[in-house]
Amino acid sequence: MTPWAVSITAAVASFLLLLIVFELIRSRRLRERYALMWLLTGAVLLALSLWRGGLNTIASWFGVTTYPPAILGAVGALFILVVLLHYSTVISRLSDQNTILAQRLALLEQQLREGR
Amino acid sequence: MADVAAAPATPAAQDVLAQLGELKRLAVVPAFNEEASVGRVIDEIRAFDPGFDIVVVDDGSTDRTAGVAADRGAHVLRLPFNLGIGGAVQTGYRYAFERGYDVAAQVDGDGQHDPAQLPKILEPLLAGSADLVVGSRFAGPEAAYRSSATRRVGIRIFARIVSAVVRQRVTDTTSGFRAVNRKGIALFAADYPHDYPEVEATVMSVKHKLRLQEVAVEMRERSGGRSSITALRSVYYMAKVLLAIFVGLFRRYAVPVEEEHR
Repeated sequence: MTPWAVSITAAVASFLLLLIVFELIRSRRLRERYALMWLLTGAVLLALSLWRGGLNTIASWFGVTTYPPAILGAVGALFILVVLLHYSTVISRLSDQNTILAQRLALLEQQLREGR
Repeated sequence: MADVAAAPATPAAQDVLAQLGELKRLAVVPAFNEEASVGRVIDEIRAFDPGFDIVVVDDGSTDRTAGVAADRGAHVLRLPFNLGIGGAVQTGYRYAFERGYDVAAQVDGDGQHDPAQLPKILEPLLAGSADLVVGSRFAGPEAAYRSSATRRVGIRIFARIVSAVVRQRVTDTTSGFRAVNRKGIALFAADYPHDYPEVEATVMSVKHKLRLQEVAVEMRERSGGRSSITALRSVYYMAKVLLAIFVGLFRRYAVPVEEEHR
């Protein structure tokens, strides 16, 4: 069984994550689009930390018998990987768009300078 | 495309037209790859009221949408890449705000909104009884609008939630057939939701103390292009909009400033 200290710490940490994400959306520093993944991460981690029997069950599926809370770390790491991959796609799109903006701006400036 | 029926000259429509005469009015037409339908939409808006200025916001189309619109004499704002409907529509409202329009009506470039029904939407604005008027497919007694069962359920759930949040009966939260006065233009120019914006825009308006009114309209089948809502996206849509409404409950709202600060 997961030690109580681990469960409580993990639960508090995931709850804080949810709270911070909420506040970031509220103050408009985070768009809902990107918040959804963080909320999902926080919710899954919170559920796994509180539902101690469940964590053991899931750990046993993967043959983790020595230390079930290791699953918490694995799930967390997996989510972080997914989020990072998502960010890579976002950055790619942003830099494409940035290129287009710079090109448009150059064309517009040229038109203005030459007065047509 | 040449034979566009003129707006029905009912007394109410005549009244609306007479009152509109004194106002600076703009039709905002968001269009993404709508070369097949945008020309007809422009013609129909003109047929309803030639005094309407028309701005087509071309949301990064890869077809001839911008060219078709410019050929018909509409003002065209060409976005350098696809911003999504929220960003596109807000571009139109910014245009309306900066150029001092009194009234802005949103008419989709895909042809599903019939400009002949604009009098219904404009009437409450002109009467001064509302700041935002939304054309609803489901408000009328003979609410006949064909769409899939799942979509109808989704629409109904949102209608319930939005009605509860704004404390007013709302039947069609996803309708983009709407019009605002100067107050609404100012609000939307300053702040407009990003993707799938209609539900949030409605809630936001009421939170900003704008008066919302729904009127019954009929919508047509899309005359060109494809709906942007697919099955997988609708899950994201639900989650995103519900989250936005929920978080919105915890925000503070100010009444928008109507004059441009320079």
